[in-house]
Amino acid sequence: MRLSARTVPALAALAAALLLGGCSSFSMPSVEPWVKPYERERLADPIMQFSRNSLPEKHVEHVRDVREGSRGATGVQGGGCGCN
Amino acid sequence: MAATRAALSLWHRIAALLGSLLGLLGAGGTRAADLPADTAEGLLHVYNGGGVTAWGPALLVRKSVADRFSLTGSYYLDAVSNASIDVVTTASKYKETRHEFALSGDYVYRDSQITLGGSTSHEPDYTANRFNLDISQEVFGGMTTVALGFTRGDDTVKKKDSPEFSDKARHWQYRLGLTQILTPQWIMSVNAEALSDDGYLGSPYRAARVFGAAVPERNPRTRSARALMLRVKGDLGSRDAISASYRYYRDTWEIKGHTMELGYSRYFGDAWLGDAYLRYYTQGNASFYSDNAQSETLYVSRNRQLSTFHDVALGTKASWTWKKEPGKYEIKLNGALEYARFNFKDFTDLRTGDKYSYGATIFQLFVTGTF
Repeated sequence: MRLSARTVPALAALAAALLLGGCSSFSMPSVEPWVKPYERERLADPIMQFSRNSLPEKHVEHVRDVREGSRGATGVQGGGCGCN
Repeated sequence: MAATRAALSLWHRIAALLGSLLGLLGAGGTRAADLPADTAEGLLHVYNGGGVTAWGPALLVRKSVADRFSLTGSYYLDAVSNASIDVVTTASKYKETRHEFALSGDYVYRDSQITLGGSTSHEPDYTANRFNLDISQEVFGGMTTVALGFTRGDDTVKKKDSPEFSDKARHWQYRLGLTQILTPQWIMSVNAEALSDDGYLGSPYRAARVFGAAVPERNPRTRSARALMLRVKGDLGSRDAISASYRYYRDTWEIKGHTMELGYSRYFGDAWLGDAYLRYYTQGNASFYSDNAQSETLYVSRNRQLSTFHDVALGTKASWTWKKEPGKYEIKLNGALEYARFNFKDFTDLRTGDKYSYGATIFQLFVTGTF
């Protein structure tokens, strides 16, 4: 248990370092972004956001987490509430 | 131990997948991710259903303190009055209050955002502390966002009027998310999460039934779970949009859950935005769940959250832009109402002898301001 608890954050830190420093140094020129920034106006509208307001969503997630067996993968940062 | 080893194994696979992904998504040049907007949210939330009423205010303020850094603080209060079926059949109605404080910081560097946060939640018999680290990175010319997250939790479980009872629970959560722009009108996301729990994972108040007699429930002290969620959202072209999502969940207690949701959003004039959604959830019971066990087993529970049931919810939201100064500020007044119906297949209402079911209402009123 102790080994796992140390190893996992180390792996997460490695992945974070890759994310921060490594991305722009890789190149794969064969695939280009096919939706240009100027074509994303409609996607930037609030109506297209998966998550609009954090507090009310946290409340609903809490209500469900304490009544349903399933949890997680809702895309909410922080991973839900710590409560019983 | 097994639960954490399983989570670690999944994390190895996620790390390998991420490494491959980064190699593929390098195109697109350097962009700059935006800090979340300065925001204030005030919420009044009410839940009423199954003999439980929980309500209270919640506040959140986010403020940038430099070009690349913002701080978020929030407070959440739950005033609970509990006369649920568990309580009325084995104990007496009670009231309690939960306070939660959270603080987090967002840091933006090039096209990455790093969020570091913590929260602490206090009830008279339950204390929970959380720490989380989330990192997101825009790649592929901003068409793709990759997100990684980790949460560690430590709980202290106590029992009212039993000062000799005290136990701990520990939690680990590992998240990986991918949001992908598909076309100028469509966007999708995939989120995966591995969850591990260790320690006291039940309730010291809840009773199980064995041969018709009430006994304290006995839960395993480890639980490991996987969840995968797919979401898609599309602009329909008339200032309206549709969305759909599906989540698969399973854990080592042998619960399998499926969550499906369909939504529709539409503007009405310049000031109103309305949403409606239909949600369906179904799950199978945990291996040690029993309504009334007919044999003695190591673990036994009558927690209906672990039983076989489904629920259907219909919800609506409305948002009205009260004041707006483009580029300066925007204040919105919002309301949300959801009605859900829970139907249990193997949980008996001991008062009537019928299968238990109940309806629940979620109501929210909130103000949001962005500056």
